[in-house]
Amino acid sequence: MNRVLKIFFLLPLLLSPASAPASPTMEWLADHDLELHGFLDVRTGARLQDDPYEKDFSLAETRLQLDLDGDAARAIFKIKADLVGDAVAEDLSAELREANLLFLPLDFMDVKIGRQPLTWGTGDLLFINDLFPKDWESFFIGRDNEYLKAPSDALKASLFFEPANIDLVYVPIFNNSTYIDGSRLSYWNPLLARVAGRDFVFADQERNRFPEDSEFALRLYRNFRGIETAFYGYSGFWKTPEGLDPATMTLTYPRLAVWGVSARGPVWQGIANIEAGYYDSREDRDGDDPFVRNSEWRLLTGYEREVATDFTAAIQYYLELMQDYDAYHRTAGPFAKDEFRHVFTLRLTRLLLNQNLQLSLFSYYSPSDDDGHLRPNIHYKITDQWAVEGGGNIFFGSADHTFFGQFENNTNLYVGVRRTF
Amino acid sequence: MKKYILALGLLLFCGVLAWPPAGAAEIPDVEEIVDRANRVAYYAGEDFRASVRMVISDAQGRTRERQLIMLRRDVNDGGEQQFYLYFEKPADVRKMVFMVHKFLDRDDDRWLYLPALDLVKRIAGSDKRTSFVGSHFVYEDVSGRGIAEDNHELVEVTDSHFILKNTPKDPDNVEFSSYTMWIDRENFMPVKAEYYDKQDRKYRLMEALEVRSIQGHPTVVKSRASDLAGGGETVTEFNDIRYDLGLADSIFTERYLRRPPREVR
Repeated sequence: MNRVLKIFFLLPLLLSPASAPASPTMEWLADHDLELHGFLDVRTGARLQDDPYEKDFSLAETRLQLDLDGDAARAIFKIKADLVGDAVAEDLSAELREANLLFLPLDFMDVKIGRQPLTWGTGDLLFINDLFPKDWESFFIGRDNEYLKAPSDALKASLFFEPANIDLVYVPIFNNSTYIDGSRLSYWNPLLARVAGRDFVFADQERNRFPEDSEFALRLYRNFRGIETAFYGYSGFWKTPEGLDPATMTLTYPRLAVWGVSARGPVWQGIANIEAGYYDSREDRDGDDPFVRNSEWRLLTGYEREVATDFTAAIQYYLELMQDYDAYHRTAGPFAKDEFRHVFTLRLTRLLLNQNLQLSLFSYYSPSDDDGHLRPNIHYKITDQWAVEGGGNIFFGSADHTFFGQFENNTNLYVGVRRTF
Repeated sequence: MKKYILALGLLLFCGVLAWPPAGAAEIPDVEEIVDRANRVAYYAGEDFRASVRMVISDAQGRTRERQLIMLRRDVNDGGEQQFYLYFEKPADVRKMVFMVHKFLDRDDDRWLYLPALDLVKRIAGSDKRTSFVGSHFVYEDVSGRGIAEDNHELVEVTDSHFILKNTPKDPDNVEFSSYTMWIDRENFMPVKAEYYDKQDRKYRLMEALEVRSIQGHPTVVKSRASDLAGGGETVTEFNDIRYDLGLADSIFTERYLRRPPREVR
C-alpha cells in the first residue's frame, strides 16, 4: 500500500466539501457571470479471468471534475479539468479536458480556440470521418462515455452560408488517440506473435514537430428537408499508430488523408444513416510496405428506431476494405488480416422507473474475424445529484490476433458512483 | 279560436327559435373550438421564450427537478413549429440541447446535443406519448397533439367551459382510449384534461393551475400532470415569459446546438 493508493482512498473524504461548494463562492462566481460545476466519481473494475501480463484490477480511480464557464456578450470560455487518483497506474494526476474560448467575430462565423472535444460523422461508436482523438483505453475499462473522446488542441472555425455550412479545424501539433499499449490492457503483439501486456509496453514515436505534424479537417454540410448530408476531408496521420519502425521497434503514426461523405435522415419512423470514406495511407500507397497500414475504403450504414415506449434498438453494418491486398498478403505472414472486415453492431436501450434507470447493451460482432465485444450497462439516477452504474466489457474471439479477440483476457466488470454538482 | 291557435303556434315557433337561451347561439362548431384551443395553447404569438421549471414527484413523494430554457417559433400558425430546449438543471444534463422540428404531415425531426462529447445525435422519435425528460408530461403535452389525430365531440357546455370528448382515430398508437377536455369559453384555453385507459378507467389528469395574460396572450404559467393510477405528479412553472422576440429561423439549426444562442444564455 503506497502513498498513491492512500491518496486514492482518502480523496473522496478530502474532496467531499468540494462537492457542495460554499455558497459565498458560488455567489461571487455568479456575480462575475461565472458558473462552477462538476462531479466526484469513484469507480473500480476487475478482470473476470487471469491475465498473465496484467493486474487483476483494470480500473480503480477517484476523479474530481471541475468545470468553470464564463459568458460575455460575444465570447464564452470554458475550463474543465479532472484531478485523478488512479490506483491501477499508481499515480495522481491532473488532466485538462477543456480550456477554450468561443467567440463570434462575424454574424456568419463562430470560432473556438483551445482544448476542446470535437465530433462529427454519423456512426454510433464506429468512426469513419471523425478523425478526432479517442481514448480507447478508457472505452474498454468502463470509464464514463465522455472519456472515449480525447480532447483536441485545435482552432475550429465554423462558417454559415445559405448553400452549405463549413467547419474548418486546424490542429497545430498532432493529437493521437490513446491506443492499447499493454500498460493496462493486454493486446496482440505482432513481434512476439502472441498476446503481450506489461511485459512489452509498445512505445510510439511521438509526432510533435511544428508545423510538419499539423492536422487539417474539413466538413461541408447541409440539411435538405430533414436529411443531413456532409462531405469530409482530413489531412494528417493515422490516429492510432498503424506503422512500425523496425529499427527501433517503436510504433509510428504514418501520414493519412481521408475523404468521405455521409447522409442521415428519417426513414420509416426511425433514423437511417450512411457514411463512407477513403483512407489514403500516404506512406504506403502501393500497399507493399509491411510496416505501414494499407489504404482502405470504409463504409457504414445504420438504422435506429424506438420499438416500444422508452425502448430503442439500433443496428449498424460496417466494412473495411483493404486496398492492394495482394501486396499486403505477400509480406503479412501467418497472422494476416482479411481483405474485408465486416462488423455488425446492435444497441438496445431500455428506460425504466421514470427514465431514471437505464439498461443498455451495445455489441460489436465481426463475422469475418469471428470476434466481438459486448458492453452491457446499468445506470441508475438515485437522485438528481447521485448516480450509480455498473457494466461490463466482454471480449471474445476465436483467434488471438483479431481486433476484439486480442483483448479476451481483458474482459472486465466495473461499478461506479457519481455525485454531480 | 283559429286566431288563438295561430297565435299559440306562432308563440311556440318563436319559442323554438329562441331556444336555447341567449348566448348559446354563439357556440361554435366543435372543430372550430378545437382549432381555436390548439392555437391558443400552442401557437400564441409568432414565437415564445420561457424559463421552465419542473418538479417531478414520485408516488413516495421523492422529488426531482428539471430546469430549462424553452424557445418556440411558429413556421406557420397552426402548423409547422420549431422548439429549442436548453437544459440548466440537474447538473448531469446541464447545457444539453434538445431540438425539435415539428411537422403535421410527417414525424418530427429531433436532435440531442451532448456537450461533453460535442455530439449531435439524431433521435428516433415516432412515439410522442413517451415521457418528457422523465416527467409525467409526454412529448405531445409540450409540443401539442395534432388535432387531426382525434375525433372530437362536444359533450357539454357549462357556463364557463366547453367539454369535449376526444377519441383517437388510431387507438393502437396511443395508450389512452379517450380524453375529456375542459376548454375555457372566454379565451379558448384548455384548462383540464382527463385521460381514460383501454379499460375506460381514469388514469391521468392534466390541469392548468394558473393562467395569466402575457402580452395579450392567455398563457398557462403553472400546470400539473398527475398519474392517477401509479401515483406521482409533475408541476411545471413557466417564468420570464416573452412572446414575439423575433427569433430567427437559424437558431433552430445545428449551429446553435453546438453553441447556444444569446436568447438562452
